[in-house]
Amino acid sequence: MTLPATDRYRLLGHPADLAGHVAALGPVPLPSAGAHRWSDDFAALLDASGLAGRGGAGFPAAVKLTTARSAGPGGTIVVNAMEGEPASDKDALLLVRSPHLVLDGAQLLAAASGARCVTVCVPEGRDQVASAVARAVGERAAARYVPVAERVVRPPDRFTAGEESALARWVESGRSLPSFRPDKSTPLRIGRHGALVHNAETLAHVALIARTGAEDFRARGLAEDPGTCLVTVSGAVAHPGVVEVERGTPLIDIAQRAVPTGPPQALLVGGYGGAWVAPAQFATPYASLSLRAIGATAGVGVVVVLGQDGCGLMESARLARYLAGQSAGQCGPCVYGLPAIADDLTRLARGQADRDLVDRLERRLAQVDGRGACRHPDGAVNLVRSALRVFAADVRAHAAGTPCRHRDARSRLRFRSVARAA
Amino acid sequence: MLRLLIDPVACDAYGYCAELLPEAVSLDEWGYPMVDGRPLPPELAGAARRAARDCPRRAITVRERAGGH
Repeated sequence: MTLPATDRYRLLGHPADLAGHVAALGPVPLPSAGAHRWSDDFAALLDASGLAGRGGAGFPAAVKLTTARSAGPGGTIVVNAMEGEPASDKDALLLVRSPHLVLDGAQLLAAASGARCVTVCVPEGRDQVASAVARAVGERAAARYVPVAERVVRPPDRFTAGEESALARWVESGRSLPSFRPDKSTPLRIGRHGALVHNAETLAHVALIARTGAEDFRARGLAEDPGTCLVTVSGAVAHPGVVEVERGTPLIDIAQRAVPTGPPQALLVGGYGGAWVAPAQFATPYASLSLRAIGATAGVGVVVVLGQDGCGLMESARLARYLAGQSAGQCGPCVYGLPAIADDLTRLARGQADRDLVDRLERRLAQVDGRGACRHPDGAVNLVRSALRVFAADVRAHAAGTPCRHRDARSRLRFRSVARAA
Repeated sequence: MLRLLIDPVACDAYGYCAELLPEAVSLDEWGYPMVDGRPLPPELAGAARRAARDCPRRAITVRERAGGH
């Protein structure tokens, strides 16, 4: 794992041991006994910071806290380190490098919401991450550092397992399935009590905001999308790895931190349920609103560089196939629609399109969009639509029967996340 | 204002809703119901409630207001 210089930034590079962590940052600023207004003050601080979740949906952390508080005390803070995006390493790296920062964030939210338990979810198979967190949890318990019990649990390693309702359900019942929640302002529950699920990186930001204030957080990034974020850069680059950037950094500058091996043909932004971005839009700021305006999404912090020798349609077909296979299998449009879309795209990339293929594919995309209990199918639809847009010249050529000259090029995509941390 | 809400997890593509309420429900190519999310005209309220009641999977909710309780 290549790491950039981190001194300018916030998240990485903190001491991994508890003594070093406290020496560098001071103890976690939890309320003292009898501090009646602390929870309200903390909620106001979070609101003033403008922190949005870093797990993909970009939901305001302050709103989530309000919802969790409405469920009453006795709940669980679920630390989401599932990182189901195969191209993402950021949460694994963060937890290996700075586990106490993430755990401190969870403790602060536990104090603010009256939760009685912090549950860290690290998927099966990612043993290096789990043991780093377990070591940190052990240090904290031995030092009686924090009041709320912390534990590590190991859900299955699937793309949809980290969706927040699926994660809460797994903690409750061992079944990793997203729930149909038309009204997101209803708190998630584990049994009778509330569950507040946060991405690991989001919690690290919370821990820093509590120590240095909202203004310090807002000093980086954009007014409407403040702070820094971690981005995993991979693909046709010489130095793949995790970088910390300010929100609003131009996409191409993020890619360049990993040193592309040549001029990129396109960038895959936001993860495998994200979107392709064409060179004309490489200067787009990495921020929610700017990306939405070009049909992309900030999603989870992922940038994959497609080199000149790659086939965007073939890579997209592989992504569509992968996403189809990662469906939780609950909703018909996702179960039947995603494989059909992947088939269409594969035939198109191979130059085996029938006359109706592009129209059929467009119709299927419209049929699947927005029709799952979770956003998994929507991400796949957005990815494929972006491919048809960004690789439109290839679509025309392939639909006319010309297979891609790069169709046998080795895929630059990773389909299994390997938590490599130095 | 009435809206139809279909729980995609519960739905098993029986398709009765599209027969009972063709004005508001169409089926995708795999037989799963699609609603366009627009409010239902008041004259369809009876048919909508019947579609909800007759759904073998109890996957349909008729809501008074989008996002309401």
